[in-house]
Amino acid sequence: MNSPLIQLQDLTFDHPGQPVLKGVDFALHPGERVALLGGNGAGKSTLLQLMVGLYRPGRGRISAFGRERQNENDFREVRARAGLLFQDADDQLFCPTVLEDVVFGPLNLGHSEGEARSIALRVLETLGLSRHAGRVTHKLSGGEKRMVALATVLAMEPEVLLMDEPTTGLDEQAEQRLLEHLEALPQAMLFVSHDRRLVERLATRAVLLTDGVLVEGIMHRHPHVHTHSHLHVHAAGLDAGHEHDEQTPRHRHSHEEI
Amino acid sequence: MLPLPTLTQERENHWLDRFDPRLRLLCALLFALTTVSLQQIPLLLGCLLTGLLLAWQSGLRAGPLARRLLLLESLMLLLLLTLPFTVAGETWFSIGPLNASGEGLQRALQILLRANAIVLVLLSLVGTLEPVTLGHALGQLGMPRKLVHLFLLSVRYIGVLFQEYRRLRMAMRARAFVAGSNRHTWRSFGWLLGMLLVRSLERSQRVLRAMKCRGFHDRLYLLSENRWHSRDSLTLLLVALGCTYLLILERTL
Repeated sequence: MNSPLIQLQDLTFDHPGQPVLKGVDFALHPGERVALLGGNGAGKSTLLQLMVGLYRPGRGRISAFGRERQNENDFREVRARAGLLFQDADDQLFCPTVLEDVVFGPLNLGHSEGEARSIALRVLETLGLSRHAGRVTHKLSGGEKRMVALATVLAMEPEVLLMDEPTTGLDEQAEQRLLEHLEALPQAMLFVSHDRRLVERLATRAVLLTDGVLVEGIMHRHPHVHTHSHLHVHAAGLDAGHEHDEQTPRHRHSHEEI
Repeated sequence: MLPLPTLTQERENHWLDRFDPRLRLLCALLFALTTVSLQQIPLLLGCLLTGLLLAWQSGLRAGPLARRLLLLESLMLLLLLTLPFTVAGETWFSIGPLNASGEGLQRALQILLRANAIVLVLLSLVGTLEPVTLGHALGQLGMPRKLVHLFLLSVRYIGVLFQEYRRLRMAMRARAFVAGSNRHTWRSFGWLLGMLLVRSLERSQRVLRAMKCRGFHDRLYLLSENRWHSRDSLTLLLVALGCTYLLILERTL
C-alpha cells in the first residue's frame, strides 16, 4: 500500500470546557474518497480544519505529505497542497469579482499575474463558469457561489480536497452539476456530508465520528426490491399523461440477501 | 443584495460607461473644487444647471434622487434660516432685535447652490458607478491600498450582514414581536445588535481562515480591466478648460 497523504494519530481537541475529539486516528491515501459522517456538533468541521492547521490539537500528531506538521510554517505548505472547501461560500469568496477570487490563491503561491489569470480562466472553463468571470461575487446565486468557491480551491491545484458539506443548500440541478464535476476529479478527497446521494455516488470509504473518536464505517448495499407510492406533484386540471385510480399502491419492500 | 435602492435602472452601453471610471472620478473632483471656489451667484447657477443636465443625461431615476436631495435640503433650510441673522452686514429686514443681512442671504444662497450642484454631479458621475468599479478606480488612482481593500470588503459583506439582520428580524416578527416604547423592545433590539456583532466577528474569523487556506500572507490583489483611452484624456482636458474658464470669469466679472 502506498504511503498516506494525510495521517492523524491520537488527535485530541477541546473547545473551552468541552472535549470534542478524544483520540482520533485516520489516514487518507491517494485515490481515496472518504465520507466523514457524524451527528451535529460531533466535530467534523473541526477535524477538517485541524488537518490544515487552522486549529492546534491538544495532543497527537498530524503528518501530511510525508512530514510531521507542527507550526504555522509547516501548515502553510499543507494548505497549498490540501484545498479546503468551506461550508458557507460567503466565507470563502471575499474578493470583489469572481476572477479576482479565483486568482487570489495562485497569486499567493507565487505565480505571476499572467500565469494566475490563465490558471483561473482554465479552471473556470472546466467548471463551466467562464461567463461568470467578470461578475461581482455577492450577486451570484447560492449554487453559483458554491461552484466558484470550488474553483478558488481547484485553482491552487491541490493534491487533496477537503470539503465541508459541499452540497447543502443546493437545489437538485446544482447538486447534480457539482457531483458530476467532483466525480471527474482525480484528487483524494475527504468530505463531510449528510447527503446520502453524495456519499453513495462519491465515497469509496466512510468513517464515522462519534463521541470524539473515529470508527471505520461499513458501507454496504443490498438489493432492494420495492414498490411504493411516491409523491408526485403536477398542476391540478392539467393532463399529466396518466390516470389516477382511487387506490394508491401500498408501500412494500423486501430486502433480499445475496 | 444591498439595502440601498439603486439610483439608476439596469442599463447597458450607457454613454457614461464608455469612459474610464477614473475619468469620472477626476471630473467630479475638478468640478467640486471649481464650484467651491466660485462666489458669483450667476456662475453658481450655471454650475447647478450643469449638475441638473448631467443628472438628467446620466439617467438617474427621479424618485430615489429626490429622496437623497431632500436629506441635503433639510440641512440647507437650516442654513437659509440662520445665516442671514448671523452674518454681519447691511440690514435687509429686522424681526424685533434680530437683523437679517443681505450678505448673510447671499452667503446662504451660495452654499445652497454649491452644495446642490456638487451633490448632483457626484451622484451622476460617481453614484452611478458599480461600487466594485469605484473601488478599482480608487486603487488605480493611487489611493492607499488598505483603504481601498477596506472599502471593497465592506461592499462585499454589507449585503451578507444585512441578510443576517433580516433573518434575525424576521425570526423576531415570527414570534409576534412588535416594536413599542418599552423595556422589552429596547432589550430585544439590544440583543439583536449584540447578536449581529457576534456573528460578524465570527464571520470575519471564518473569512480569515478561508483566506489562510488559500495561502494569504498579508497581501491582497486587484485586477483591473479599466483602460484609459485618448477620448478620456480629451474629455479631461475639456473639463479642465471649462473649469479654468469659470475661474477666470469669477475674477473678471
